[in-house]
Amino acid sequence: MPEDKQQNGSRLIMEARGITKVFPGTTALQDVDFKIYSGKVNVLVGENGAGKSTLMKIIAGIEQLTAGNLYLYDDDGEPEEVSFGSTRDAVKKGIGIVHQELNLFGDLDVAENIFMNKELTKYRSAYIDHAGQAEKATAVLAKLGQRIAPGTPVRDLRLGQQQIVEIAKTMIEEPKILIMDEPTSALSIQEVQILFRVIDDLKRHGVAIVYISHRLEEVKVIGDYITILRDARLIHSSEVKDVEMAEIIEKMVGRDPKKFFSGQAHETGEELLRVQDMTLPRYGGGYTLDHVSFSVHKGEVLGIYGLMGAGRTELLESLMGGYEKAEGEIWLDDERLDQKDTKDRISRGLVLIPEERQREGLFLNLAVAENLTMSSLSRYTKWIHILKNLELKHVLEMIKAMSIRVVAPSISISALSGGNQQKVVIGKALLTKPKVLLMDEPTRGIDVGAKSDVFQIVNSMANEGFGIVLVSSELEEVWSMSDRIIVLSKGKITAEFNRSEATEEKIRKASEIGHGIANLA
Amino acid sequence: MATKTDSKMGTGVSLGMVLLKLRSLIALLAVFLVFAFIAPNFLTIGNLVSMAKHSAIWAILAMGMTYVILGGGIDLSVGSIAGLAGMLAGGLIVQGLRLPMFGIVIYFHTPMIILIILLVGVLLGAFNGFLITKLGVAPFIATLGLLYMARGFAMLRSGGMTFPNLVGDPALGNTGFPILGAGTFLGLPLVVWIAIVIAVVAAYVSRKTPMGRHVYAVGGNEDAALLTGIRVNRVKMGTYMFAGFTAALTGLVLASQLVASHPATGESYELTAIAAVVLGGTSLSGGRGSVGGSIVGALILGVLNDGLVMVGVSSFWQTAIKGMVVVMAVIIDQYQLRKQNEAALKQQTTADATEAAVS
Repeated sequence: MPEDKQQNGSRLIMEARGITKVFPGTTALQDVDFKIYSGKVNVLVGENGAGKSTLMKIIAGIEQLTAGNLYLYDDDGEPEEVSFGSTRDAVKKGIGIVHQELNLFGDLDVAENIFMNKELTKYRSAYIDHAGQAEKATAVLAKLGQRIAPGTPVRDLRLGQQQIVEIAKTMIEEPKILIMDEPTSALSIQEVQILFRVIDDLKRHGVAIVYISHRLEEVKVIGDYITILRDARLIHSSEVKDVEMAEIIEKMVGRDPKKFFSGQAHETGEELLRVQDMTLPRYGGGYTLDHVSFSVHKGEVLGIYGLMGAGRTELLESLMGGYEKAEGEIWLDDERLDQKDTKDRISRGLVLIPEERQREGLFLNLAVAENLTMSSLSRYTKWIHILKNLELKHVLEMIKAMSIRVVAPSISISALSGGNQQKVVIGKALLTKPKVLLMDEPTRGIDVGAKSDVFQIVNSMANEGFGIVLVSSELEEVWSMSDRIIVLSKGKITAEFNRSEATEEKIRKASEIGHGIANLA
Repeated sequence: MATKTDSKMGTGVSLGMVLLKLRSLIALLAVFLVFAFIAPNFLTIGNLVSMAKHSAIWAILAMGMTYVILGGGIDLSVGSIAGLAGMLAGGLIVQGLRLPMFGIVIYFHTPMIILIILLVGVLLGAFNGFLITKLGVAPFIATLGLLYMARGFAMLRSGGMTFPNLVGDPALGNTGFPILGAGTFLGLPLVVWIAIVIAVVAAYVSRKTPMGRHVYAVGGNEDAALLTGIRVNRVKMGTYMFAGFTAALTGLVLASQLVASHPATGESYELTAIAAVVLGGTSLSGGRGSVGGSIVGALILGVLNDGLVMVGVSSFWQTAIKGMVVVMAVIIDQYQLRKQNEAALKQQTTADATEAAVS
């Protein structure tokens, strides 16, 4: 491990020691050390829920640490302990962060966004110096290799350009440390290349880049140092060149993945769900879903893998009747579903566990019990009267079956941890007595224990004869849990594998068809 | 199971929470007691009945508003709908329904008139619902539009004049309209009975039926409600129709009490209804609150109104005091919500911790 401070013109600029962060119900970070070198790309990898984003939020002053210390090193290599009460404190010390989600105001123009809350003013702050802002914005954007007029409303920019504006926002502060949280997840290949050029340029100016990514191939291309987190703990830290790809994957997942995911082949029966030529037109031409056809059998876990923007979520929501414009035939148990109505689809036996739990799955204003039965109220209703005792009986059964940790069913859902909330969402779906379960990223943002619970639930449901569609952006997850895998890329099915013939390499290749990521290296 | 953990949490916390939860009732009791002491004649039967009558009108209107707000909307048009309903009823009694193309005038029986007007109220509510669910107009704007439109039509109906003396004509068979406002049953005014019936139904539906659950769900998280299979538009439509119904009923009662209908009747009633709902602890952001709370809120406003008049507080001060009460209520509401969430979180994490320690 590199201990020397002077190395290839770079030096240790910041260090986090023994960082621990506890949230109600989960420990997000446990005694983690992290070193940041100037003029280098310091990569941070780990699975969902490993603690990457939390660590970055602590360094950027968004979250406060429970235990541990942060040190900044000055030019002479002298450490100074710092603590950030807010992002302002961190910004003052030269730390900027580009978030995974865009935080832009669509109706304001580029310059206004870049100078948001740090406006250039005239006459003792009485008046915003628009001309000055535009000039500086143009300069920063030029540095980033972009010719975007500073007066353009951000809404009119392409996604990649918006990402650049997001970076420009932090650049204007001239940060010494720039954190990028999955900056490429929404970018096209050309835009990724522009971003990489920008990163190279920043490195040359001595900026320390902290780069969080899911795409391991990117890590190899631009990374200098790598830190791997797993289950809230530091697993590995070294130079990128000293570690092989296979090693990185193994350290991220940590154990024999097959064992962890408790994946197994299931006995599959007759066909339950058949989808033929599902299409969903995209605004401005082309297809979000391009003639997608597949089938799911009894007791089968069908994995669907694809990169962001492949059309995974759209596919599931189209199946639930959520898109007016979606066309195609859907057959469930030899019945054709032609009403585009979610309630109808649920009553026929299809149910969705949505991707964004809090936004699309939960009623945070209601209790656990009310959340659980919201989709299946008709089962406990006589005429118009809800039979409370019958409802409670089913609620308690489901709490037990899903091993949801809750003091009482009447407690507010918002008090539960992410994993338990997710089990409530799954329980809600199961109470509708579905035939086919559509699961969209069922393990996103929950801790490892809850993850393995969810996988066990998936397995036992498959064994009971449900058909399961498991959509995930975690390759490992799809690979080890599924009996069959289809790969989506740009709205098209680009490959289909049986459990025995699938390899990570093949799946990854298929998911990149039409993206040209292979040209990267 | 629940009660066991509750008692373990320590009585101090729960007693405080109970008091916080019952704050509307406590406030009502406090206001009532204060006036009972300082205002002579406050506790006379006559005054109590008249106070009940006033509060009943607020309560009816507030219950419709409660549903709309629980479902995540707002209805600014109820006051105007009440005004228009009164004018239409007055017109039907005094002038009848003129059909010039047939050269006839139809006079309806009074119960028929009441049904027609209630139907008009429901339809106006449906118009709101249509604008909001089908055309995507923001609830505030859509109902603000109807606020002006309905008031305008109320004025147009009579050219701004009052329809006086709505006693009907025995020869036309349309007498009896004043009974709605002045009649009594078992010593209580009819209005109070009507409010009670609506309250029982509204509270029942909100607590014990899928429809009621769905209103809370839609107000709490519309996206999730859609994916859960709830027919969101239908639920919203229903809440606005119910609000329109309560508004028309209010208009009928007011016209009947005065035995006259004036086009400015019900002005700013929508704001009083919203105040009652908020006083009762319902969140304006939707999904949280109760019908019972709104009734208590309406009672607080009713008692406050009459009490202040009786002790001779100037009407300017009355207005100011009502405003202060509403703001206070919302502040306490926010406080309670925070405490409640904290308590739930604490309870859950303690349980998590003990469970983790055991395993």
